[in-house]
Amino acid sequence: MRLTQGTFSFLPDLTDNQIRAQVEYCLAEGWALSIEHTDDPHPRNTYWEMFGTPMFDLRDAAGVMAELESARATFRSHYIKLNAFDDTRGVESVRLSFIVNRPRHEPGFALIREEAAGRAIRYTIRSYAAERPEGERYP
Amino acid sequence: MTASTTPGQEASDLEAASDRSKVDELLATLDAELVGLAPVKTRIREIAALLLVEKLRAEVGLTGGSPSLHMSFTGNPGTGKTTVALRMAEILHGLGYVRKGHLVAVTRDDLVGQFIGHTAPKTKDVLKRAMGGVLFIDEAYYLYRPENERDYGQEAIEIMLQVMEDQRDDLVVIVAGYKDRMDRFFQSNPGMSSRIAHHVDFPDYTPDELLAIAQLMLEQMQYRLSDSARRTLIEYIGIRRQQPNFANARSMRNGLDRARLRQANRLVEARGGQLTREQLMTIEAEDIRASRVFAGQGTAAEGDQ
Repeated sequence: MRLTQGTFSFLPDLTDNQIRAQVEYCLAEGWALSIEHTDDPHPRNTYWEMFGTPMFDLRDAAGVMAELESARATFRSHYIKLNAFDDTRGVESVRLSFIVNRPRHEPGFALIREEAAGRAIRYTIRSYAAERPEGERYP
Repeated sequence: MTASTTPGQEASDLEAASDRSKVDELLATLDAELVGLAPVKTRIREIAALLLVEKLRAEVGLTGGSPSLHMSFTGNPGTGKTTVALRMAEILHGLGYVRKGHLVAVTRDDLVGQFIGHTAPKTKDVLKRAMGGVLFIDEAYYLYRPENERDYGQEAIEIMLQVMEDQRDDLVVIVAGYKDRMDRFFQSNPGMSSRIAHHVDFPDYTPDELLAIAQLMLEQMQYRLSDSARRTLIEYIGIRRQQPNFANARSMRNGLDRARLRQANRLVEARGGQLTREQLMTIEAEDIRASRVFAGQGTAAEGDQ
């Protein structure tokens, strides 16, 4: 099951040239880019691991793309996303965030039903991948 | 691709013509704004020609690989290394060799960290910022400290060499510094030396050039010299050049700044009546004559006074 989180996630995966164009747009807007990765696809897993420090004061996408290449080489089968942070006063938050790398096989989520007091049923989801320990989830 | 048709040829010639005019324009501003520096201008012209030809070659399908444009600027202080680097970034951008054409000027402190594991991220950060433009490393020889074999400078050099080789299209590195120290730096870092194709030497300015520079600076600040002040300035240049710590154009700027101070003081103290526009603009001989350069004549003058 394909994970749909962040911008562009209902589109086919972006090619490197398309990613570069998005990065150029972010830099033209004056946003700072950063790279994050995780192997826990749960939608409530908001804070992913940082890959390197956020990249401030860049002028050209080449720096981000080189960093992305090294992130992909290190975490080939993790989810990797690019975040663009807007430091405008009053905004000061992430403006754009999209996935740029995903595992080849995404097993999806199981629906878990819990019987609570009375006849109430509580629902939650659990990723099949998350049944294995961190770092071993995607071959 | 050798069988290019007539219309195709026409198009490439036209494009070359427009490119050439743009380059000519850039070189003309360089000529107008920078006094002297003949060898430097020649080299820049050569590089511009090479890039233009490379572009034309690419159009007819000849690939020579993108030329390496990393440079080394050597010369005494105040000979215009930083200024030329700034212009170089604009020219390379005009020729389409670098994508953004900005200049990131750094020194050892911006590249080398203070503890293990600090240097690599710092250097990479600077390199990423410089991509699409020109990275200018002032006094690059401080990166290499042979007396301390655990110095982190070596690490910074190695990371830079890697990027200079692999991402040649993404950034141009210019290292700058005194001639003799740069030569020693290259001797002990053959990797760096072999990756830098262009060595440009900045000669010291002649007295005439220094005068022209001073006048250009005054023009930009909207001042003018009286005739006697001009003569005094020529004398000033003659003496100042012989003194220690002479920094070419930078010394001229400092000297002029102090002359402005004395001119302002003179005008305030005179006080009488309305000051005309002419008076506000003119630097008189006494403003320059009061300089310590003249007082220190004969004795060893210290500093940039």
